[in-house]
Amino acid sequence: MSADTAGIDTLRLTAEEAAGLLERGEVSSAELVAAYRAAIEARDPELHAYLHVTDDEHAGDGGGVPIALKDVITTKGVPTTAGSRILEGYVPVFDSTVAARCKEAGLPLLGKTNLDEFAMGSSTENSGFGPTRNPWDTTRVPGGSSGGSAAVVAAGLAPWSLGTDTGGSVKQPASLCGVVGLRPTWGTVSRYGIVAFASSLDQVGPLAKTVRDCARLYGITAGRDACDSTTVELPAPVELPEREDLRGLRVGVPRELNEVDGIEPGVRERVQEAIRLAEELGAEVGETTLPRSVEYGLACYYLVAPAEASANLARYDGVRYGHRADLNGDGDLTALYERTRWEGFGAEPKRRIMLGTYALSAGYYDAYYGQAQKVRTVIKQEFAAAFEDFDVLLSPTSPTVAFPLGDKVENPLAMYLTDVLTIPPNMAGLPGLSIPCGLSEGLPVGLQILGPQFSENTLFAVGHALERALGFDFVPPRLAA
Amino acid sequence: MPLDPTRWEPVIGLEIHVQLKTKTKMFCRCENVWGEAPNTRTCPVCLAHPGTLPVPNRQAIEWAIRLGLALDCEIAPRSLFHRKNYFYPDLPKGYQISQYDSPIATRGRFSVPGPDGDREMGIVRAHLEEDAAKTIHVGGEGGRIHGAGASLVDFNRGGTPLVEIVTEPDVRSAEEARRFLGLLRQTVVELGISDAEMEKGSLRCDANVSVRETGETGYRTKTELKNMNSFKFVADGIDAELARQVELYEDGGEVVQETLHFDPRSGRISPLRSKEQAHDYRYFPEPDLVPVEPSPELVGRLRDELPELPAARIRRLEEEIGFDLALGLVTSGRDELFARVPGDDRRATANVLMNQLAGAGVDPARVNADELAKLIAARDAIPRAAFDEALAASGDEGFTAERYLAEAAITDEGEIDAVIDRILAANEGQVQAYRSGKEGLLGFFVGQVMRETQGKANPKVVNERLRERLRA
Repeated sequence: MSADTAGIDTLRLTAEEAAGLLERGEVSSAELVAAYRAAIEARDPELHAYLHVTDDEHAGDGGGVPIALKDVITTKGVPTTAGSRILEGYVPVFDSTVAARCKEAGLPLLGKTNLDEFAMGSSTENSGFGPTRNPWDTTRVPGGSSGGSAAVVAAGLAPWSLGTDTGGSVKQPASLCGVVGLRPTWGTVSRYGIVAFASSLDQVGPLAKTVRDCARLYGITAGRDACDSTTVELPAPVELPEREDLRGLRVGVPRELNEVDGIEPGVRERVQEAIRLAEELGAEVGETTLPRSVEYGLACYYLVAPAEASANLARYDGVRYGHRADLNGDGDLTALYERTRWEGFGAEPKRRIMLGTYALSAGYYDAYYGQAQKVRTVIKQEFAAAFEDFDVLLSPTSPTVAFPLGDKVENPLAMYLTDVLTIPPNMAGLPGLSIPCGLSEGLPVGLQILGPQFSENTLFAVGHALERALGFDFVPPRLAA
Repeated sequence: MPLDPTRWEPVIGLEIHVQLKTKTKMFCRCENVWGEAPNTRTCPVCLAHPGTLPVPNRQAIEWAIRLGLALDCEIAPRSLFHRKNYFYPDLPKGYQISQYDSPIATRGRFSVPGPDGDREMGIVRAHLEEDAAKTIHVGGEGGRIHGAGASLVDFNRGGTPLVEIVTEPDVRSAEEARRFLGLLRQTVVELGISDAEMEKGSLRCDANVSVRETGETGYRTKTELKNMNSFKFVADGIDAELARQVELYEDGGEVVQETLHFDPRSGRISPLRSKEQAHDYRYFPEPDLVPVEPSPELVGRLRDELPELPAARIRRLEEEIGFDLALGLVTSGRDELFARVPGDDRRATANVLMNQLAGAGVDPARVNADELAKLIAARDAIPRAAFDEALAASGDEGFTAERYLAEAAITDEGEIDAVIDRILAANEGQVQAYRSGKEGLLGFFVGQVMRETQGKANPKVVNERLRERLRA
């Protein structure tokens, strides 16, 4: 089944290897693009990981390794829908900063990947344009919200991609699809041109087959941007990891992140094995605790994120762009707003807009949004205390492996709980890397590696050493030729 | 219609919006300019395209601090932007970026000189925000949305920087509100931060109005008067609302808290529809922006750069020329020219500046003060028409008084008497009427004489001679 154009095996080729082929003149960028397009044509009808595949004019001919972008990342001249019917047909007139940086680095754009509508969800089933399927098992979800960006990497439909992570939307699908995903420190990657969900949490992150590929893509996209006043200059340049041991590293295992209800036994075993492996590679491993972060993190997130979302999604009003309800000349301004938003938004954005509007309402603000911000401070302090004793913390990324499509669609709370391990560090603005650490029931398990702010180089070093030692085969067996 | 001050005391607070004349808008780099073709000064940021982010305008922040300092406010070492949420087509993001519980300037005061001394008006706060776009309702009544056939939005104004100033309820009359506004307007103009023109909307004023019985210490229910676009309308609106409230109380009724619209043409006050005012703005801190943290050095520098403020100059001038002329000169920006014009008759100089020069619409900064002084000194000796003509030209490049001084006025009594006799003979009816008590007709005769002499007769002599001849 492997698509094979000019001898390029897109299922196995890493971005670093592709860059090597280009440097040595063994293939051209156009040949790479053609190989991935052939793979897309062969396998995407089944997976539905792309919402839009570019033509030559819009791919650009930068001469580099091609990339796929999550469809919340604004691309000039290329439709950007955020997975929502309300933005169907919207074609941006400007590039997001990350899209511009990819262009400057010469990365041709393969297309835009599927996602949960406005990045709200953990399975990509909330897409307004139909779900994406997991390349390891097409009866299962790829995770979300960056499910499309994870699936295209796992299925060889792009060598690397960018997703966005608010509550775990890069790390969790990376885990469920057996690829590497980084959620960077909030403020290191520009959000200019990222369709906003929850501004104080949204962050663009790379997905790839290897840690080194993630580090490379992070290096291309990160750094201060004059168009996003919340960004900062990186304190140190991004380093491509090389070390294969973990000597001198202090690894903390937060009890609650490893023992919370709902972690599948197979997931727990793979993660425990990975922790033992870290010890074998020379790390000092100790136990730590984050009691309040795990107990209150999810509740706190589901006040802060919907509150910000309720404001961020107010601009979709049918006045300037996107869907506008046809009132047939019957109805006033309020009717235009109500009908447009009723028709354009799916169930999950509607649910979160209502939650967030409620949490910000007069008389409820202090009890909900105000209180959540205080809890957020407590979570930050708890993580800061843990990082006084440890360089990194380890846990599962997702409590479960990929679950069947439809399993949690009728139960939003069960869906929300799939992010219980990724949300607490996100609330603290911390970076996290998910790497595959083995299989459970034939499906990938993700290891979450957390560090303090701006510790991306440490995360890459740890991830790289473990990746080498684990020797995980990232090609889904059902696709391997 | 003034209230009976022995029974009722007005209690008025003002909310003033000052549009800053920065080169670019508050959160994007679109040109900040008035009067261009609709929707030609827009970009993805101020049209709220998905994914766009605000980047604050440094100049606007510095100017807001400058204004805060001029209002004797405390400048917050750390202030926040908030989102103020509501749906309207003039608000493309669905929220306005404004300041809420931590504004950039708080707790100031502003001295307003009056005929009976200074009044200090407390300033609650001054904060920065972005302006909404402009909605134009077509096909309806009086440009309001109710009954309009269509609404158009011009986003050129959307996102331009505003400072909102909120006063304590310290204003005690419509006249005082008007004086406060005039002085504030002149202050921001001199700070160089705004054109502050009400008719262009770069200065806007809402008033919170209530009344209480004289001697009462608490506050009664207030109403909010919106969008009065001239100093006169502000004063008229407040007076009309004060009268309405007093009448309500005197009839045993109660004032209801509501937002009101003053129609300057009819003088009527009507409530804005409830849908236009029932808002829960759901404020929360703007996560796309970092806190504003001006350094003590910056605030110190801006404080040192403050010019002498208009109120202080009014007090200085008042001793020389009286309150009304001092207020007039300063708030019209003519006191700088006044100081430059030499001559001993200060009141005469002030009068000429406030009347003829203002009437001629001459920019005082362009006037050669020494030449103007010559004209003022000779004002009785040259014909009125020549004097007016000279003043109108006094701001022109290379202007000299010489040519106009050469035109001597007719002061010869014999010559003027001859004209007067002709006029009186031709208007016997009016002469009879004057002599039987209608002395207001004097102006009519003066006008006739001036016309006959093509404006060259000295008006003072004409007046004297006419009175004399009519007495006969």
